[in-house]
Amino acid sequence: MIQSRRDFLGSCGALIVGFGSGPLSQLSAQGQGPFETHLSRIDPRKLDSWLAVGDDGVITAYTGKCDFGQGILTAQSQLVAEELCVSIARVKLIQCDTSICPDQGTTSGSQSTPTNFNSENLALAAATAREALLSLAAKKFGEPVENLTVTDGVITGTKGRRVRYQDLIGNKQFNLPLSVTAKRRSVADWTVLGKPIPSLDRTALMTGQFEFVHHIRVPGMLHGRVVRPPAMGATLSHIDKQSVQNVRGLVKVVVRKDFVGVVAETQYGAILAARQLAVQWNPGPELPPQKDFFDHLQKQPAHDALSVDSQDVDAQLAGAASVIRATYKYPYQMHGSLGASCAVADVKSDSATVWSSTQSAYPTRSVVSKLLNMPIEKVRVIYVRGSGCYGLNGADAASFDAAILSQEVGTPVRLQFSRQDEMMWENLGSACTVQLRACLAHDGRVVAWDRQDWVASLGNRPGYDQPGNVITGMLLGYEPELPEPRSAKPPTGQFRNQSNTVPSYFAGCIDGKCGGDGTIRSERALTHTVRSPFFTGPLRSPLRIQNTFANECFMDELCANAEADPVAFRLLHLQNSRVIGVLKAAAQAARWEPRSSPKAGISHGGTVSGRGIACVAYEGNNGYSALVVEVDVDLETGRVQPRRFVVALDCGPISNPDGLRNQIEGGILQGMSRALVEEVTWDNRRVTSVDWETYNSLHLDYEMPTVETVFVTPADVPATGAGETAITVTPAAIGNAIFDATGARLREVPFTPQRVKAALVERDQRGESI
Amino acid sequence: MREKITLNVNGLLHLIEADPETPLLFVLNDDLGLRGPRFGCGMAQCGACTVIMRGQVVRSCVMPVSEVGHEEITTLEGLGTPEQPHPIQQAFIDEGAAQCGFCLSGVILTAKAVLDVNSDVSDQEIRDALGGVLCRCFTHTRMLRAIRKYADSRRRT
Repeated sequence: MIQSRRDFLGSCGALIVGFGSGPLSQLSAQGQGPFETHLSRIDPRKLDSWLAVGDDGVITAYTGKCDFGQGILTAQSQLVAEELCVSIARVKLIQCDTSICPDQGTTSGSQSTPTNFNSENLALAAATAREALLSLAAKKFGEPVENLTVTDGVITGTKGRRVRYQDLIGNKQFNLPLSVTAKRRSVADWTVLGKPIPSLDRTALMTGQFEFVHHIRVPGMLHGRVVRPPAMGATLSHIDKQSVQNVRGLVKVVVRKDFVGVVAETQYGAILAARQLAVQWNPGPELPPQKDFFDHLQKQPAHDALSVDSQDVDAQLAGAASVIRATYKYPYQMHGSLGASCAVADVKSDSATVWSSTQSAYPTRSVVSKLLNMPIEKVRVIYVRGSGCYGLNGADAASFDAAILSQEVGTPVRLQFSRQDEMMWENLGSACTVQLRACLAHDGRVVAWDRQDWVASLGNRPGYDQPGNVITGMLLGYEPELPEPRSAKPPTGQFRNQSNTVPSYFAGCIDGKCGGDGTIRSERALTHTVRSPFFTGPLRSPLRIQNTFANECFMDELCANAEADPVAFRLLHLQNSRVIGVLKAAAQAARWEPRSSPKAGISHGGTVSGRGIACVAYEGNNGYSALVVEVDVDLETGRVQPRRFVVALDCGPISNPDGLRNQIEGGILQGMSRALVEEVTWDNRRVTSVDWETYNSLHLDYEMPTVETVFVTPADVPATGAGETAITVTPAAIGNAIFDATGARLREVPFTPQRVKAALVERDQRGESI
Repeated sequence: MREKITLNVNGLLHLIEADPETPLLFVLNDDLGLRGPRFGCGMAQCGACTVIMRGQVVRSCVMPVSEVGHEEITTLEGLGTPEQPHPIQQAFIDEGAAQCGFCLSGVILTAKAVLDVNSDVSDQEIRDALGGVLCRCFTHTRMLRAIRKYADSRRRT
């Protein structure tokens, strides 16, 4: 689809950099487009659903993919500017407002770029609009389209005739379908896309002007708080509304089934009422002890699924001289958004508006309509950024809570969680354990590899019709999504690796067709999904980071067993050119010295250092990365200190290299925090990591390692996701580096000093130390 | 009981009426409409609500508004404007030192308060000062680069 238009569009898209916070601060709560639109008109097949040219020449574009800080606002604005040949200052992007933007589902799964930057949706709309405008000008000038040039929204013909976009179509509709033959501008000709344009929100953010959902204020607005149960599964027994009679400005105590909330005139009043309200709860079931949790997982009834099964794995392993085995463990981790989730709802008798930082504006509208018992077309959800979410944080639940409270009092309500509301009840990143077995041939190649994992799951994104997948819905009596126990069926159809369950080294053969990235043909990957005692949901690189930790560390174990170099050993088992490309690029950039791990001559005191590598094809085909890390390990304290990261990333054509670097750096350092310190804790009743003293995260005082980024960009490939690719390999690379430095293998995240020291003791007991 | 309270915020006097126990943060957000300080934890653990008072950083989520007295409060928007950002804000703009940006009051104001006292500080001293500040997007590297840049520019002048 991407073809050169150099012949007549060479001058198109003059790059004008320089903008303030103006356009953004106008993206207010009332962010309306220039046209009146309603549900029936937001048809994604129609050009007018995606963009409009105002009579001032401003291009207003509408997207269903929104910016939480990952930079997609800027990148999508660049896309529209590029395809329409205007400066980015002329583009105004409206994100995820259900009354005026197309329904693009949820902004998640590193899907915004593949969805909107290839040959469909927003990209196709912008290309269609450019071609339509050129056709209109050609008709007006009586010249063929090929003779025309465009510079910043002004079309010029051969005789010097000029016409502006707004003169052709300003404030009028195109009345055209998206043209499937509309041609994207060639990457080689890009003048706005592909450039490190400063993020558009930057100045407003740094000067404190940026409007977060926390800042939305509407006339007559009251303040709400929720009163959650003390533990999972607890139900409401008795509530004493008199207990808050003396709270000044209290408007209402709201009770619906097990949902309890308060509404007051001020935030402080709502907090006092929530604290003071006397509520008795029936206790929920006792929780499985944390220390034995991974054993507990393996005893639960499970929904079993095979990603791949060559059916000869057991026989191969039974016939092997020796079998290498390992079990990896990954804990529950939190989104732990910095800002407590917040939403504002204005529910009237016949309509509702919710200002929400959800990643899922349209699904949220659908669920709100269900909870309020109101026709869906009467509900509007307007996306406004909250604090970084990294997946399903508390934003959806807060939106539902605000809607319920507003309906109860009949006025607009702003609802904000306490820190405990946020952290005790969020949908956690799943805990997971992976058992692996493999055997090697005499030449050191892997012959057979078997792996099975147990994943804890309860609830998920609420989607369009499952309110029970988050806490609010469950308190209102809706059931959460549960894994349905069943035995595994043989895999059929196309090989898929959405959750990176399957290591990159598997051939991935189903019914004779091989879709994997590697060469190992005796292969099996079985997943047992079991009921989690806590809500779970997608957290940046969901299950991909867990699986990749196990797969890439175990690959390192096999490599050490073969006494081979970790890069060369991986290359021996890979056949996907893009995984190979990033692996080689990272090794080269890091000046990787070929040798086996652990390194020779490890001392038994002081601080030792080592290097590790890991790679992945994210979701099988949605971005490729390889990461080299150098770490120091203090053998006395067990403290691990990463010193240097070198990452190679291939995501196809890059929309904004500066934005991408920011995502990669943040992803790797977030991955490092998750690898080193992050872990949800609980006692026999409840989650106990409910604030920043009880849930660890690396603060700004941590001495961060350097991050060097190398881009690998093959020609003529589509754009893939990029925000989750680098984080996915981070825990594995660090674990491998610890092994290289010490000869001790860390098989459980996080790599706390205590676990490192235990692994060192185990190493010494095995007598494998050098 | 609600009381009439005069606050000096970003160089302007404001007369508000609030329960004197109300955390300063809510007055800044709800009565004055300021967006810089934000509610993160409500327990002085993350820094998102940071403001400057008497040259020191203060966690406005745990400071009762009645304790402010006549002291001047400076919030993130009190440093500079989008048209004329403060040099430390400009350094953050130049380095692109944000992702979601929710934490910026804690990061920028804490660094500024330290460097206003002594701009000749090591990276370690800057980090130590930021020990109570959290950025969950992990924009640490760019932020520290921006702070270093600002510190160096102050030393030169």
